Order: sequence, then C-alpha cells, then structure tokens
Amino acid sequence: MSKLLLIVTIAGERVALPAEAVESVVELDTLIQVPRAAPHVAGLSALRSRVLTVIDCMRSLELGVTDCSDGIREAAVVGLDGHNYALIVDLVEDVVEALSDPQPVRAAMGPGWERVCQGMVETEQGPMLLVDVAALVGGAEAKAA
Amino acid sequence: MDDLISEFIAECREMLEALGGEIVAWEATPDDRARLDSIFRFVHTVKGNCGFFDFPRLEALSHAAEDALAEVRAGRRQADHALVSAVLGVIDRISEMVAALEAGDEIVAGDDTLLIQALQPSADVPVTPVATTVAEAQTKAVAPRTIRLSVELLDRLMSGVSDMVLARNELARRLREAPGDVAVDGAFERLSSIIADMRDSITRTRMQRIENLFVALPRMVRDLSADLGKQVLVDIEGGDVELDREMIEMIRDPLTHIIRNAVDHGIETPAERLKAGKREIGLLIVSARQSGNQILIDIQDDGRGIDGKRLIEKAVASRVIKKSEAATLSRREQLHLIFEAGLSTASEVTAVSGRGVGMDVVRSNIERIGGIVEVDSTIGEGTRMTLRVPLTLTIIPALTVSVAGQSFAIPRSAIDEIVRANGASVTLEKLGGAGVATIRGRRVPEIALADVLGLKSDVPEEERSFVVLRPAGADVYALAVDKIHDHEELVVKPAAPAIMATGLYAGTTLADDGSPILLFDPAGIAKVGGVKLEVHDRAARLAEAAAETVSEDTPVLLFRGLDGGRRAMRLAVVDRIEEVPAATIRPGAGQLRVQLGETILPLAGVSGDLPTEKVRLFRLNDGAREIGYAFREVIDMSVVGNEIIAASSPGEISGVALVSGEPAELVDPHWLFANFATGPIVTSEQLVCRLPSDDPWMQNMLRPIVEAVGYRVVSDADEVEADLAILSERSAIDGVAARVIRLRSDPDPASEKDETIYRYDRAALLMALKSAGGGRR
Repeated sequence: MSKLLLIVTIAGERVALPAEAVESVVELDTLIQVPRAAPHVAGLSALRSRVLTVIDCMRSLELGVTDCSDGIREAAVVGLDGHNYALIVDLVEDVVEALSDPQPVRAAMGPGWERVCQGMVETEQGPMLLVDVAALVGGAEAKAA
Repeated sequence: MDDLISEFIAECREMLEALGGEIVAWEATPDDRARLDSIFRFVHTVKGNCGFFDFPRLEALSHAAEDALAEVRAGRRQADHALVSAVLGVIDRISEMVAALEAGDEIVAGDDTLLIQALQPSADVPVTPVATTVAEAQTKAVAPRTIRLSVELLDRLMSGVSDMVLARNELARRLREAPGDVAVDGAFERLSSIIADMRDSITRTRMQRIENLFVALPRMVRDLSADLGKQVLVDIEGGDVELDREMIEMIRDPLTHIIRNAVDHGIETPAERLKAGKREIGLLIVSARQSGNQILIDIQDDGRGIDGKRLIEKAVASRVIKKSEAATLSRREQLHLIFEAGLSTASEVTAVSGRGVGMDVVRSNIERIGGIVEVDSTIGEGTRMTLRVPLTLTIIPALTVSVAGQSFAIPRSAIDEIVRANGASVTLEKLGGAGVATIRGRRVPEIALADVLGLKSDVPEEERSFVVLRPAGADVYALAVDKIHDHEELVVKPAAPAIMATGLYAGTTLADDGSPILLFDPAGIAKVGGVKLEVHDRAARLAEAAAETVSEDTPVLLFRGLDGGRRAMRLAVVDRIEEVPAATIRPGAGQLRVQLGETILPLAGVSGDLPTEKVRLFRLNDGAREIGYAFREVIDMSVVGNEIIAASSPGEISGVALVSGEPAELVDPHWLFANFATGPIVTSEQLVCRLPSDDPWMQNMLRPIVEAVGYRVVSDADEVEADLAILSERSAIDGVAARVIRLRSDPDPASEKDETIYRYDRAALLMALKSAGGGRR
C-alpha cells in the first residue's frame, strides 16, 4: 500500500490526484482558445512540441472560472487515451503516500466534487479527496450525455 | 514460458488471418491441394504446440481437425460443404481460445464434442474416394528479411518523429530570431534534411498492405451469402497496395458495409439470376489501386443494380427531395440519393442491412478522412462503388488563416480558391440574415468564421478574405476570415475528445512558431454554420464535377520580384515556397543554382540584387523537372482572367494583365523551363545502366558521362533490371541487361568484327549510349 498521491489545490480545496497518472507539473504560459469547445476546455498549450489540451478544473467542477488572464498558471500534465491534458490547479503542493484504500465518502459533497470523487484516502496530512482524472477531464457535460 | 506462449499466440494470429480466405477458396475448389495443405499445416502447428503448453481443449480440437483433414489429404474422404463448415467451426473456436490466451485469461472449460462430431463423416453419406488432382507444389517465394515489431512501437516511433519535426520547426524559428553563424545554420540544414528523410521512411513503416483488410472478406461473404441463400464468388485484386495503417482501420467499417450491401441487395438469389439469364453464382470484385496520392478501392457486383425510380419514390416519400425536383434528377443524381440519410431500397429490413442507416454513415466516415465515395450502377447489370482515400493522415498541407487574432489551419485539399471580399468580382449580400457571396457570377453561401466560432472580429466585412471551400464531394461555400497567412505542411494529431465534440476541428498541430493551431474540418464548419451542403445544390455540384470546372480564370500567386516588379505566377506550377540562406545560391555550370536539401535546382527570377541573408523562392515543377524562382514577397493569391496583353517578344514575362485591380506581369513558366531546366529529366522512368562497381575507371571516368546522358547507374550487385550494361572487353559476364556495350582499351579494333568501342572515343560512346536508350523511350 504505497500508492503515491499528488496534493493539489482546486477551488481552494486540497485534493489528491493519483500520482501515477500525472506525468509532470508544468507552468503554462501560452494558452490558445478553442472556440465552441466545452466550457471546461480552457484551450491548448504546447509542452516540448506536444499539444496539451488545457482543462480548467474549477470549470469542470462547476465551481467558477479560473482566471487565466494573468499569464502563468500551474498545471498537472496527465495522459489519457493517448491525449495529453494539462489540468489547471490553484497550487501544486506535495507528493504524499496513501495510507489507506479509497473509502466511500458518506458526507454530502457539492455536485461537482461528487462527480469526480473516487473516495477518501487517509494520508499523513489527514483525509484527502481522491479525484478521478478522467471525470475531471470529461467535465460536466460528459455526465449529462 | 510466457515468451513462448506469446510467440505461439502471435504465430496463431498470423496464420488465422491468412487462413480466413484459404478455407473459403478451398471449399470452392476442394481439389486444391495447396490450400488443403496450408489449412492442415495450421491445425498441425496448433496441435503440436498445445501438447507442449498443456492446453487440452485446444489440443483435442486441433487433433480432430487434423485427423479429418489427413483423411482428405490421403484421398479417403472428399471435402464437402459439411466438412468445410465443421473445419471453419473448429478454427473459429481455436481463434476464440487464442484470443482468450492473448488477453491473459485461462481457456475456460467447455464442451467441444459437438464440433468434433461434426468433423466425422456422417453415417448416411457414403464416402466416395476421389482421385485428387495434386496441384503442383507451389514454389514458395523467398521470404523477405523481416522482423516482427509491435504496432505500438511503430506508433511511438512515428509520434517521436512528428515531435522531432515540430521541435525542428521551433529550433528553426529560434535560429531565425537570433541570427547565428553560418556553420550553425549549415549544421541545422543538415539535421533538417535528415529529419525529413527519416520522416519519410517512418511514414513508410506505417504502411500496411491492404491485404490485411481484404483477407477477412471471403469468409465474411461466404457466411453472409450462406445466410441469405445466395452464391457469391469473391475476386480480390490489388492486395499489395499499401496504405497507412490508421487509414486501413478507418475504411474497414465502410468497406464491410458496402460489401454487405452488395451481397444483400445487389446480388440476386440463384433462381432470380438464372431467370435473368446470368450465371447462378454472383460475382463480387474488390480491387485496390494507387492513383497519385490516393488509393482507389472498387467494389463491383454483377447483381441487379440500383433502381433509380424506386430510390426517387422513397426519397419523395421520406421528404428528402421534393416531387418537382425529383423529375429533373439525372441518373447520377438519382444514384447519389443512396447517400441521403434514411433511405434504403431494401423492401424489407433484414438482419444484414436495410435499416436505413448505412450509406450516409459510410459516406460521412470516408469524408472524415478526406475521401470520396462514388457510385455507378446499371439496372440488371450491377453496381460499382468506388472509395477514394488519401494515402496518409498525418501530414497535411494546410493554409493558415486568422480571425480575431487567433490562427487556424484549413486543409488545402478542401480549398477551391481564395478571393478578397472587396475584389471586383465579389459581392456579398444578406438574405434573411444569411450571407450569400457572388463570386464571378457564382452564388455561394457565405459563413463568417468569427460568427461560427463565436469570436469578435474587428476587421470590417469588406476587408476580409473569402476562402472558398469544397468539403470532400460536397458543395462549395465561402468562409470569411480576417487574414490569410501562409501555406504550411502540418503534422496533424487528433485532438482531445472534448475538442472533437465541437465538430469543427479535424485535429491539432504546432505551427512553426511553436504555438498550437487547430485544424478545421471544412464539412464541420459548414454544418455548424448552418450551410446546407446536401440537398441544396446537388445539380450544380454534379455538373461541375463532370465538367472538371473549366474556369475562365487562372489562379495565380501575386508577388513582388527581386527588382520590385509586381508579377503573377500561375499557382499550378508552384510546388511550394521555400526560404533559403543566400549562401546556398551559387553559380554553377553556367547558371545560378540553389541548393535545397539534397537537390540542386537552377534558379530563375534573379532580376535584382539577391538579398544578403535569406532568399525566398518558388519551387516550380512542370511534372518532371524543378526550378527555383527567387522573389521578394508574396502579395496575395488571385486570379487572372482572359484579358492578357501579350508581350511583344517571348521572354520571362508572357504578358501583362490586371490582377486584383492593378497591372501585373505574368511570368511565363514555359519560357522558364525551356531556358533554365535543361538537364536530363530525372524520373523514375529513367533508364538504368549497370556498371561494374569494382572497376575504378568506369566509376570515376565513365559514370559521369553515362549519368549526363540520363541514365541511372547501378552496380552489378543491384537486382534491378538494367537497360544497358557497360563491360570491359575482358569481362566474362554476359546477358545482365537488355543491351551490352563493351569497351576496349586499345584504340584500334582487334578485328573487323570487333563491336567493342575504344574507351576514349567519346563520340562513339555517346552514340551508343543514346541508341541504347532509344529502344525504350
């Protein structure tokens, strides 16, 4: 039981991403809009000559819009079904070890969190919400469809 | 052990794939010993390996099949329909098990006795021994030297090379920004050309023979026709045509669908066929061939053909077209109705087809990969469907445009022409809020890209440019964009699902400046923009396609020459635009030449001073030869009508015409090629001359002369067919080429009959070289 977790802050909340899903943590500078795409797709960016699809996590969770106008944003790069995504988060904190398997969360969470939640894991820093990267990338519409 | 098992699985897979067609062919000609042998070999291999790996079920099955087939081989039993079906059943079961093994599962316990029983000759059918005509043991072709690689690895390689191209583009940009020294530039140029070569070869590794798609067809047709009580013979041609692996996957479903349709609707039952005076057995011909950078796949049946009248009735009934419209449709237009959604001529819905979903999906799938579906049919005689698909998906020539400050790319294959909104031949009207552009008398629907994308463009309407687009096989429409930028070759990658879901984009790529660019899907834009492409203007589209657009106007590139002159170059002769360091331009052999990668081209257009750093040039191509044409800058794409004032004497400029409202000099490509491209034509049709590689005199002294005459020189080790071989008088080798020239070192002939040529007799040598070539030219 030595699963590693990447602790990030999304919409002011500290949550855990499975570290094996995260390729790297980058700072995005360019952001090319994708007109007409789902709202949680913030745009495209390039990382070492690869195209990244940038996902606004706040938007995906329907918790508001990340302000990308000030330029550099921190993002976690994940690969999913052959595509590279950059998840915009408020802050990337630390990598910690999971001390338990994900447990169901029985408390009532917001609908956005409910959708991406894979359960609660114990860490040395207390319980953390484990986020399903695919659900985060899928956004709010994927569930409805 | 695991390695051994995966090796076994891979071997089984390969054999299974190859076998699908064999079995059906075997059923048709049970006497064919070669086919029987290959099936026997398969079950035998499986049996042998199973014992080793301890797969009892597999072993029992393959053993039973082997026994039955051995009987046939020994002539004690005849291959009848029942046996073929039973063997097919066994092979299916084996492939299921192999698939399970491949997925890492255990083979589940199950009962195979029924299958094994089916292999036994049934009691009431007496087995009559027949004399099998033993087919000549086919000499197996020498297997090419190959290794087995996982497709995944190749994909990774390909994406690595694509990344490399993108990284190179970025490096090129950095180098341009910070002018370095010439040595760095030179090294970079070299790296650049190596990467280009590598990209070419990697692209080729992704090529797969279309056979992989075709092998499954005989089996499918057999099963299908058996279900429907029909008899169909499949004839497959051109299995060796190569196609991008991804492309093969993309056409698998459409092809399957068309073939199912042909068997289900096209080919009649044996009774109907006899009544119509045809052979009982229907014929289905599937053939593939390459034509330019397209692959053509024909699916032809000799069935009942498509009934245009019934199609029209259906189309009117389901309101796809109006009754008044229906009467005016030509036969070709009628046939094209099968691609309309919701139309099917099958009077009843069968399990196979006829649910009214189908041909429209086939067409949209083929169009998505930049292909076209064509249909041709004669009632009572059959139907031919043709799929035209591009060779590869990954590298697309594109035009970059911008709207509201953001750049996008449009695949060049879909672009008809580019006009300026304020040009003399263009007017734009609004009809009920929708834009209709009239471009030289032709009315086309207009979409403002800014509106489709929901962006705010601050460029006023009359200053925009129209890109006239023709999505594969559909109507044209004009797309208003803010600015046209450049032609680029883009390495396109599929975009994330959330982006593809918009329906607007075909993929993403990185531009030269390293920023991501979205590539549009022209059909998608039309759809989102609300342009009706299908029913709208069908007649016009077909008429145009038939006449191959005999336009009065010639598209030209308007540019400024090195001396500042405003000139126009016919677009068709411009292969691409290159930018080269001035250092690559040098005089050589009597004229200026430019080095482009590995080739050296004659350079024209040097009317003024050459820029000191970078020179931009058109790469012109007359189909056989290339020349470069230097210029200062491109002004615009435009058209030239018929009002050309011809120059008084032939020269680089053929005349003057009004282009985009101002006079421009028209460059005469014929004159350019006649005066600049004078070397021998270098084509694949080149004559081949074989020279002994171990003869230094031949290689160093003779070779340049031979090459100058236009031969491609090969060594004696090359296994190509040579048109000519040049040998020394002492050489014993003979008959290695169509013609042989022998050279002697002695100026005087040894005898009267001596046909050798003195090796320094240049005139006689040239004569002999030219006359040797005359036979084939």
